[in-house]
Amino acid sequence: MTSTTTTATTPRAAAAGARLTLRGAVLGRAGAAVLDGVDLDVVPGELLTVVGPSGCGKSTLLRTLAGLLPALGGEVAADGRPVTGPGGGRALVFQEDALLPWRTVRRNVELPLAVRGMPRAERRAVAARWLERVGLAGQSDTYPHRISGGQRQRVQLARALAGEPRAVLMDEPFGALDAQTRAGMQQLLIDVLDGTGATVVFVTHDVDEAVFLGDRIALLGTGRVLDVPHPRDRARRTDPATVALRRAVLASFDT
Amino acid sequence: MTRRHLLRAGSLAGALGAWQLLTAYDVNMWLRFEQFPTVAEVARTFGQRVGGGTYWQDLADSLTRIVSGFVLAAVAGVVVGTAIARSRFAADVLGPVLEVLRPVPAIALVPVAILLFPSNEQGIVFITFTAAFFPVMVSTRHAVRALTPVWEEAVRTMGGGRWRVLGAVVLPGALPGILGGLSVGIGVSWICVISAEMISGEYVVGYRTWQDYTVVDYPGVFVGMATIGLLGWLTSTTVEVVGRRLTRWLPRPEAREPAPHRRPARRAPRSASAPPGAVGAAPVASVGPVREGSPS
Repeated sequence: MTSTTTTATTPRAAAAGARLTLRGAVLGRAGAAVLDGVDLDVVPGELLTVVGPSGCGKSTLLRTLAGLLPALGGEVAADGRPVTGPGGGRALVFQEDALLPWRTVRRNVELPLAVRGMPRAERRAVAARWLERVGLAGQSDTYPHRISGGQRQRVQLARALAGEPRAVLMDEPFGALDAQTRAGMQQLLIDVLDGTGATVVFVTHDVDEAVFLGDRIALLGTGRVLDVPHPRDRARRTDPATVALRRAVLASFDT
Repeated sequence: MTRRHLLRAGSLAGALGAWQLLTAYDVNMWLRFEQFPTVAEVARTFGQRVGGGTYWQDLADSLTRIVSGFVLAAVAGVVVGTAIARSRFAADVLGPVLEVLRPVPAIALVPVAILLFPSNEQGIVFITFTAAFFPVMVSTRHAVRALTPVWEEAVRTMGGGRWRVLGAVVLPGALPGILGGLSVGIGVSWICVISAEMISGEYVVGYRTWQDYTVVDYPGVFVGMATIGLLGWLTSTTVEVVGRRLTRWLPRPEAREPAPHRRPARRAPRSASAPPGAVGAAPVASVGPVREGSPS
C-alpha cells in the first residue's frame, strides 16, 4: 500500500498517539497469507479508516497491528519499534462481544486499569468517569447480557479508552448495530476520543462511515490512501469534494 | 411453602407411603416384601442410632473422608485439566498416563490403596480422590478449550500476561463447565467412599451398613442406606448451591428462574417495559425482559 503520496490532515490533539507503520508486510496465518506487500504509515493522532470488500484482510491487518498475529514477512512497527506481541498501549475494540460476561459493566472497564496495577479505589473512580462519558453511569452494576448491543459497544469503547491507549484499533465496532444506533455511536466515538490524542485505525465495510469518521481512508483492496476533505463534519456531507471521494471509494471496490 | 416445595415434599412422602403399605401388608407379588422392614421399623432403629454417639462419629468420619478426597480432587482436577487444555507440553506428558488410568474404576484401586498407604483412612481418601478427579479434570479440559478466543485476546491487548489471562478469563470462563464436573464428581465419590468403606473401612457409615447386613439387621441396613442418601443429597446440593452463586452472571431464560410464584406479576410489564435496545442483543439476552429488581 502506498501512503507516501498523502500526508495526514488535522490530528485531533498533540501527538500523544503512536505511529504505526507497515513496510512490505505479509499478513495472515502461517501458510495462508491474506495480504502481501502492505505499506502503510499511520500518523500519530490521526483517525485512519480502512475499507475494503469483505475477506480482503481488514481484520488481519488490525490483529497484526495489535500484536495478536505475527507478521509473516516485512516490517510492522509502533513508534519505530517492531511489534512483537500484544500490549504496549494498543487497545483493540472488537466487532463481536468481547466483554467478559461474568464481570459487571464497571468491572469490565476496570480491567485494563487492574492490569496496569492501579489501586482499587482509583480504578473505580476512573471507570465511573468513563462510563459517565459514554452515558452508562446508571448501568455500571449490571452484567453485559442485560444491556443492549449498542450499550455493550459503548462499554467496550469505555474499556478500551480507560487504559489510556496510544493507539485504538477498531474492528467494525458498529457493524452489528442498526443505522440509527450506529450514527449515535459515531458521534459518541468522536466525542470521547476528543482530548485523548490516540491514533485510531478504524476498520469498516460501510463507505459512509469511513468517509464521515476518517482523516484519511485506506483502501485495502487497491492499496491507496485518500485524504478526507471535511473529516467528521455532517453538515458538509453533500459537498462536491465529499461526494467525489465517496464515489472514488465505491469505485475501488469494483477493481 | 410454595407449590413446588409442597410437590417435592409430597413426592418423598408418597414414596415412603408406598414402601410402608407394601411392607406392612407383606405384599408378595413376584417382588417379595415380606422380609422387608417397614418404614416405621426403620424409623425406630434410626431414632435409636441417632440417639447414640457412634452414629454421629460414623457420620463425621465419612464426611471428613469424602470432603478431603473431593476437595483434593477438585483442586487437582482443575489444575491438571487447565494445564492439559492450555499447554501442548502438559498434554503430551500427562495425557497418555491419565487416559490409561481413567477407565480403571476407582473401586478397583482398593488393592492399590492397600499397598500404597500405611492406613485405611488415607487409602479411602485416595479412592475418593481418584473417583472425583476424572470428571473434574475432563470437564475442565473441555470447558477451557471451548472458551471464546476474543476474551483472552481482549485481556492480552490490555497488556495482561499469562497469569492475568488465567485468573481473569480462563478460570471464570470455564467455571460453568467445571461445576458440571464437580457435580458429577461428588456423586461418584460417594459411591466409591461407601464401597471402599464396606471393603476396608472401620467404624464408618459404609462399614456399619455392611456389618448390619452380615448380622441380618435389615432395619439397620436401611438406616445406613438412608444416611448415605441424605448425606449424598446434602453434599451435592451444597455443590449445586455454591455453583449457582458463583455463576450468577450466567444468562438464564426467565422460565428457569427460581421463585416461579412471582411469574404472573412479571408477565404484565413485559410488553410495556422491555428496553428498546434489548432487541438487538445476543440471543440469550433477548429471550426475556430485564429482570427488574430480581435479586438473583
